[in-house]
Amino acid sequence: MTEWWADVVDTFARCFLKDDRYLLLLKGIGITIKVSLLAALLGIIIGFLIAICNLSNKKFLNIIGKVYTDVIRGTPSVTQLMIIYFVIFATVNWEKWIIAAIAFGINSGAYVSEIIRAGILSIDKGQTEAGRSLGLNAKQTMMEIVVPQAVKNIFPAMCNEFITLIKETAIVGYVGLMDIQKAGDFIKSATYEAFMPLIGTAIIYFVLIKILTLALAKYEDHLRKSDKR
Amino acid sequence: MDGKAVIKVNNLHKSFDGKEVLAGITEEIDEGEVVVVIGPSGSGKSTFLRCLNLLETPDDGEVIIDGEQINLPKVDVNLVRQKMGMVFQHFNLFPHLTVMQNITLAPVKLGKMTPEQANEKAMELLNIVGLSEKADAYPGSLSGGQKQRIAIARSLAMEPEIMLFDEPTSALDPEMVGEVLDVMKNLAKSGMTMVVVTHEMGFAKEVGTRLLFIDEGKVLESGEPREVFDNPKQERTKVFLSKVLI
Repeated sequence: MTEWWADVVDTFARCFLKDDRYLLLLKGIGITIKVSLLAALLGIIIGFLIAICNLSNKKFLNIIGKVYTDVIRGTPSVTQLMIIYFVIFATVNWEKWIIAAIAFGINSGAYVSEIIRAGILSIDKGQTEAGRSLGLNAKQTMMEIVVPQAVKNIFPAMCNEFITLIKETAIVGYVGLMDIQKAGDFIKSATYEAFMPLIGTAIIYFVLIKILTLALAKYEDHLRKSDKR
Repeated sequence: MDGKAVIKVNNLHKSFDGKEVLAGITEEIDEGEVVVVIGPSGSGKSTFLRCLNLLETPDDGEVIIDGEQINLPKVDVNLVRQKMGMVFQHFNLFPHLTVMQNITLAPVKLGKMTPEQANEKAMELLNIVGLSEKADAYPGSLSGGQKQRIAIARSLAMEPEIMLFDEPTSALDPEMVGEVLDVMKNLAKSGMTMVVVTHEMGFAKEVGTRLLFIDEGKVLESGEPREVFDNPKQERTKVFLSKVLI
């Protein structure tokens, strides 16, 4: 038993402490968070615009929205990431993580747009009619009446999308970014240990997402305060 | 007709999916009139009302408000709607806003009042509809009758010249109909021009200055409510009234 324990401690030290390897993971957490946050923000903006395109009664906007969602949903995110990094931004000298975040934002936008579209359609037509009958224009009615209510309805689906997005960023190693996954993988190669680095990676992702889920649940309670009767 | 026609419709037509709902309605409504519109379900009475503020766009014909034709592409329909309040069967209060915010949203957003003026106006209106203690409540906590009274207050906050009511009591429990009709009666007494689609024949008799009977997209009969109730001229009006006046 003590021998086994000593072995565990030794492996742990080799994987995470030797050569300050924990720093790789800490930096990796930073990269994962930076990429995820910027990508989520871009995803919401792009998603909202594409949703407006899809809901519009102008034909060419519908087509733009439809093609966008079709192309993005029909191709793997790794492929999209690599095309954006190695083709579209090949000659642009921006920081890697920003380009990666753009790629994930573009990807997420397609899914977010469907969530937002469904959320807006879930609001009763009477709400729009009431807003318009008071003299508010279409945009005011959308922003003051429909969107605030839709936000509440789509919140759980958006949380899902954000969680998926964080996990999806585990492929940024493909364009040479050292995120949590890549750091774990690097330690695995350097130490010839698979168990500790990979389980460690999994635990880090799990804790990050757990913290996020708890924070979002708290915020959802706040959003639902007008539902209390 | 005496007085000044604030609403005029000429030869109004509207079809949905090839089914003709309005088959040419021509009508004039004067300032201060309380016009009650009755008719069987599917007769086009709600569509007629919704064409007046262009929630439905007529296929053909003219809608003229205050002497200006409004169903033309160049007309800013938002400005026209600001002077026409509308009350819906299902209230359509904004559930994410408090009663106060429901009432003040439009006047403030549209630059008609400052937030302070709008709050003052809202309190005044809440007093009128008897719900001043509900200012900070959310619609979800109100009864149907209370919701409809708030919806009326919300429309009145824009200080409209005309009020349209689309079956305002049809979604209410019977014991709540009275409180809403009382508010509407007082509004009528104050001289508001009102067009009311309803099944409340008592309200029509007591408050209405004129009754329109619409069936199959046409105005079949128009006249002083008691006169129409006691002496319907058309066979179809007779049949309809015999069914509803029990």
